Amino acid sequence: MTTDSFQTFLDMGGYAGFVWPAYALAAAILVGLLFVSLRQLRKAEADLEALGAMRPKART
Amino acid sequence: MHRFANPARFQRIANAVLPWLAATTAALLALGIYFALFDSPADYQQGETVRIMYVHVPAAWMALFVYTCIAVASAVALIWRHPLADVAARAASPIGACFTFLALASGSLWGKPMWGAWWVWDARLTSVLILFFLYLGHMALARAFDDPTRGARSAAILALAGFVNVPIIKFSVDWWNTLHQPASIARMGGPTIDPSMLLPLLLMALGFTTLFGVILLLRMKTELLSAKLRAAQMARLQPVAAVR
Repeated sequence: MTTDSFQTFLDMGGYAGFVWPAYALAAAILVGLLFVSLRQLRKAEADLEALGAMRPKART
Repeated sequence: MHRFANPARFQRIANAVLPWLAATTAALLALGIYFALFDSPADYQQGETVRIMYVHVPAAWMALFVYTCIAVASAVALIWRHPLADVAARAASPIGACFTFLALASGSLWGKPMWGAWWVWDARLTSVLILFFLYLGHMALARAFDDPTRGARSAAILALAGFVNVPIIKFSVDWWNTLHQPASIARMGGPTIDPSMLLPLLLMALGFTTLFGVILLLRMKTELLSAKLRAAQMARLQPVAAVR
């Protein structure tokens, strides 16, 4: 892709200010949700691990 | 269906499915974005803004699909007391809220250049905004009690009552005069969209659906672990009762 056609691509026919924010927002929301969900899962796993370590009998 | 009620079995199945589902999601979205941005034509009327469609329409479909899933899970929870159904409904509503917000925001970004307004109070937009509030209400209600099983029942009833909004959204473009364009895929007589635009649209929609599956399984796992954690903490707090 040449610099010129890349510029045209970025420009989105003059609608760059609408098309790119839509994609950026989609990426931010969906990746953000995935990230938060993963972190909550890791935290729950760690908490359960910690509780199990304190009282080995409770471990399942 | 109760075969899957065993949380340990669910965890095993989820762990086996997750890597494959995640890989499928990555492949579908990579292909979808490639076709959406690089290998599909500009619209003869809407120009390059038509590329917003590949985010907006799948997000809007997911907004309805996830709500339908929550309503079905809620019915299963209320009627058959399936223990995983409440967990699924609780896990799904934040995901649905995110898709609905994305549909509203990307629609706004599409509406401004095409209609000249970020927002209009017409039937389609207003009913989707109500759907967003239903999601927020469901999330709040499901988490309103210290004991999540108590919130689950109220949340399930809200989800079922709110389901009336789903057909209203779907048919709003036919029932009322609206700025929003009518359906061009799921309509009598087949899609009216060109295959070069249908391909990225379907790839993105499938990618969003499998992404929903991935996040749903992660969140259901978290919910089940949290329940286990609460039970373990209760047992620690009440050693006498536990011994008895």
